[in-house]
Amino acid sequence: MSWFRRIERGLKGSIKREMPDGLWRKCDGCGEIVYERVIQRNYWTCNKCGHHFMISARDYITMLVDEDTFEESDANLTSVDPLEFKDSKRYPDRLKAAIKKTALREAILTGKGEIGGHPSVLGALDFRFLGGSMASVVGEKVARATRRALEENRFLVLISSSGGARMQEGILSLMQMAKTSAWLARFSEAGGLYISILTHPTTGGVTASFAMLGDIVIAEPGALIGFAGPRVIEQTINQELPPGFQRSEFLLDHGMLDMVVSRPQIKKTLVGIFDFFSEKRRPAEEARKPAVLKTPPHIEVKADKDKLPPKA
Amino acid sequence: MESWLDFEKPLLELEKKIKDLKALADAGHPDILHEVEKLERFAEKKRRETYEKLTRWERVQLARHPLRPYTNDYIKMIASWFCELHGDRLFAEDKAIVGGLATIGDYRVVVIGQQKGRDTKENLARNFGMPHPEGYRKALRLFRLAAKFDKPVVTLVDTPGAFPGIGAEERGQAEAIARNLFEMARLPVPILVIVIGEGGSGGALGIGVGDVVLMMEYAIYSVISPEGCAAILWGDRSKAQQAAEALKLTAPDLLQLGVIDGIVPEPTGGAHRDPKTAAENLKRSIIENLGHLTRTPIETLLERRLEKYSRMGVYKE
Ligand SMILES: [Zn+2]
Repeated sequence: MSWFRRIERGLKGSIKREMPDGLWRKCDGCGEIVYERVIQRNYWTCNKCGHHFMISARDYITMLVDEDTFEESDANLTSVDPLEFKDSKRYPDRLKAAIKKTALREAILTGKGEIGGHPSVLGALDFRFLGGSMASVVGEKVARATRRALEENRFLVLISSSGGARMQEGILSLMQMAKTSAWLARFSEAGGLYISILTHPTTGGVTASFAMLGDIVIAEPGALIGFAGPRVIEQTINQELPPGFQRSEFLLDHGMLDMVVSRPQIKKTLVGIFDFFSEKRRPAEEARKPAVLKTPPHIEVKADKDKLPPKA
Repeated sequence: MESWLDFEKPLLELEKKIKDLKALADAGHPDILHEVEKLERFAEKKRRETYEKLTRWERVQLARHPLRPYTNDYIKMIASWFCELHGDRLFAEDKAIVGGLATIGDYRVVVIGQQKGRDTKENLARNFGMPHPEGYRKALRLFRLAAKFDKPVVTLVDTPGAFPGIGAEERGQAEAIARNLFEMARLPVPILVIVIGEGGSGGALGIGVGDVVLMMEYAIYSVISPEGCAAILWGDRSKAQQAAEALKLTAPDLLQLGVIDGIVPEPTGGAHRDPKTAAENLKRSIIENLGHLTRTPIETLLERRLEKYSRMGVYKE
């Protein structure tokens, strides 16, 4: 599989390798020592406990698209410092450090590709880049991806993992919530299908905008998903949080998700849904033909006269 | 005096002194009128000095001033008729958001706004103006009502933020806000948004997407509270002052960043010093903007609304 090697490359420097040569790794889920190759073959999940390891945006997209069909868009969009923001560090310095650490330009990767032969637009946040936070660039790339899906009649898939706002961009970060939601609304109005995939962790402004707006919302198992972070909630209400609070399964139980799907099954799930909805995407000529009403096979056409109501 | 801010106190003392002297003059000491006039000129100068160079942190304090007019106060002052509507029809009535039918000037509108409490008891009922998902879903219900009957929507934003709690998360705080952003972006009636006090992050934006977005002069609007930002980036909540400066959250800041369309002037010293004048300014601004908005075809408004939000953000390509 082509994504195999890329995953290996993408992860260097991001996840601590505790074992020599990176051959073995301690699972964050069960604490077992697992063979790196086996994890990779398992779509970066633990073969012992099913723990989902954090992966890069590129690896995620590569995992979903058909081999060699992905074409990145808007790769040249980069962040500036509109507020001249400075805390203990200047924002441009934080950006530089993030770029150096991750070899990414920003916290999101977008582009076109095919998923099970279905023309799609994909976007994936990369948590390693300043916590996948909502920079102007992130909002702009999501908006453009949505517009592209709309104009080219493609399915839209966004994979989220984010700590929320990019505070260093202040109010402009907040406005990306409105911008992305507005384009998704426009896309939806035109009949576009958008599937949102939530991975660990997805919180704040990303959850409160595009991540929760999928026609279908799927989460990976055990992902932390919420508006406010658990620590903020604990401090506000001064109360311990219930077990499993804000995890995928908790959200599913509370009606906030369509399904929880483990990573190895996600592509199959997407393709199934796309196949289902592709009926209306058949060529225009075909679509114009009047539908032929077929009697479902399980219904007897010859009505049982005895069961008809008596004639008046 | 405990409701007053530190930088307000010297001015208030001065004003009290003038009032006392005036009373004395009226009581048969016209010779001190000259003194009163001199003091009044001095007070005016002092006021100008104070409010011309307010720091961002001082503006944050004004936006949160305990005596500042809230949504219900403005509705009372600007609407000739108001009928409050309650409940989201799904789970509960959230008193942190009020909404209803209102007549403002010649316009019949649906008005929605966050509502803070004036005292402890009211704050408990209104959750300090921090809505739960039910509040956002009530707002959504009223947006749809407005659309059905072709009435413009006016929202008044004044919240520290959406409430971070167990129930709020269980019932989908994030989804409720996201849904409103999505629906407001395409709502087929004009939407006018005015931040009247505190525009606290996603909780503010949840009723804050519109064709025209205004801020009252001393309102603030921010992605995170200065305290929250200070805690995360400085590791110290007491650095809120620096965070407020860095966040650029005042009305003039947002106008410059292209996030808002205009500023509604407040009386010297802020809306709480003269609520009537503040309300008159707000009303004038609402009527003027509704005039433009209701004369524009809705297709044009929707196209412009999308363009407006498409332009938000700064980046390099
Ligand atoms: Zn494991």
